[in-house]
Amino acid sequence: MNRRVVAEGVTVVIAAVVAFPLYWMVLTALKPEAEVISADPRPWTLAPTLDSFVRALTVQSFGRYLLNSVVVAVAVVVLSLLISFLAATALTRFRFRSRTTLLIMLLVVQMVPVEALTIPLFFVMQSVRDVAPVFGLNHLGSLVLVHLAFSLPFAIWMLRGFVAAVPVELEEAATLDGASRFRFLWQVLFPLVAPGLVATSVLSFIHAWNDFLFAKTFIISAAENQTLPLALQVFVKPDQNDWGAIMAGSTLMTIPVLIFFVLVQRRLVAGLAGAVKS
Amino acid sequence: MTMRTAKGDGRIAFAYLAPALLVLVGLMGYPIYQLVLISLFDYGQEQVSGGAPLTFLGLGNYANLLSQDRFWAVLGQTIGFAAVCVLGTLVVGTALAVLATRVRTWARMTLFLAALGAWATPAVAGSTIWLFLFDANFGFVNEVLGTTGMSWTYDKWLAFGLVAAQVIWCSFPFVMVTLYAGIKAIPGEVLEAAALDGASTTRTATSVILPLLRPLLIVVTIQSIIWDFKVFTQIYIMTNGGGIAGRNLVLNVYAYQQAFAASEYGLGASIGVVMTALLLLVTLGYLRALRRSGEAL
Repeated sequence: MNRRVVAEGVTVVIAAVVAFPLYWMVLTALKPEAEVISADPRPWTLAPTLDSFVRALTVQSFGRYLLNSVVVAVAVVVLSLLISFLAATALTRFRFRSRTTLLIMLLVVQMVPVEALTIPLFFVMQSVRDVAPVFGLNHLGSLVLVHLAFSLPFAIWMLRGFVAAVPVELEEAATLDGASRFRFLWQVLFPLVAPGLVATSVLSFIHAWNDFLFAKTFIISAAENQTLPLALQVFVKPDQNDWGAIMAGSTLMTIPVLIFFVLVQRRLVAGLAGAVKS
Repeated sequence: MTMRTAKGDGRIAFAYLAPALLVLVGLMGYPIYQLVLISLFDYGQEQVSGGAPLTFLGLGNYANLLSQDRFWAVLGQTIGFAAVCVLGTLVVGTALAVLATRVRTWARMTLFLAALGAWATPAVAGSTIWLFLFDANFGFVNEVLGTTGMSWTYDKWLAFGLVAAQVIWCSFPFVMVTLYAGIKAIPGEVLEAAALDGASTTRTATSVILPLLRPLLIVVTIQSIIWDFKVFTQIYIMTNGGGIAGRNLVLNVYAYQQAFAASEYGLGASIGVVMTALLLLVTLGYLRALRRSGEAL
């Protein structure tokens, strides 16, 4: 009994230490500027203000970058949803030559360290710019394309199981009722695999939202097309960082991911445990 | 699961697969091929702009790389940095997973919620928060330690240590949650049988729980190696692009700097190939571990 109380005390202290950086982020974002750059930082504030948020959103057009990040992440989620759903259906509902090869390729491709592909992808995006500027360097489309490519293998792999779980009899019944293949696909099958779609969407969203490397590489001279992770860096200046605005920006960037994490944590944990347990 | 093999199915299946194949071939397959190709050429700013002809170097970039002291230093740093991160993540994650089994739900939920927050924080935001906490003049850590004015990112090893601490902070939750689930999945009868046989707590831990958790431990270890070997954002942001005179470089940042700061795309690509090859070795180990733990493809 006593030992358990000690263990619980230790647990709470550790939880506080782990959560402290996040507490400090929100606290700093809410502190008045003078308190932020005080040489005597206090772990509380008696005069909370939204000044830093206002500064972040107006002075450096952070709102614009926030919007860019949302556009990229949502586009990746929607496209990856449609494309991976079709591919997963093809891989589970049809038998054709090279099906096994494709499945193995899907697994292998997930192991490629995408960071190493920055250099060739930079040149790919350069060529794309000449053909379709919106999807080339300096445009949000280039980020949508790479994150779509990176999220597809896992999304297809994960959705496969969900599509396979829908009984084939259902399709036969729908066909007997006169439903076309197209209607069955989008009005019957698609809603039925929704739980799988939610989990994969959240993961695609987080990857696109958090990306720093590709945004930094592709958006080189079009400041208006930067995304949040890069925009955060505009407040970072040698010896005169606007920490209040940086922390306000970080808070704005973290909140959506935090909400999504809490929403899917059960599925995420189950999925991860299931993926590593037999 | 039955599969239909009607005539024309192949064509429909291909139509369904076409968008995915187009994206994957164009943006994964082709770039992998290009990465290898670029690494075989002298490919700099002049070649990119068409001002100089392309020269095929064969393995020249690799020979150049392997003869650089810089490369070996960076490789060593990358392995050392990854090793510290992996070890730290595993020790913290395992210890807290065990701790979580010893406390009541409210305490466990508090810990898991805090860990979830650290896990969810985007790398860019997390790095910036840590930088501010450890800021020389306005940082809370210096205030607590009474070392105001001290820089945590100037000294090479201190800077590496700080980045490693940040990486551990955001990656231990994965290990903790996975191992906690693994411990919980051990049937109660097994532990009761051990207790009936008179095994001590330590004996139960080392002879019963540990062997049962082994497959899971292997998987989280290799997963951590893969992640920590290619840390980019944290190093880039916290050491301002690889530290003073590049002394905090790891392979990933080194390749980026060679290509996009020094315009040595060929050399940068060869670093990318080396990195991919090393990770491929780890991945092979991963697949073998998965197979041994009974996971079917």
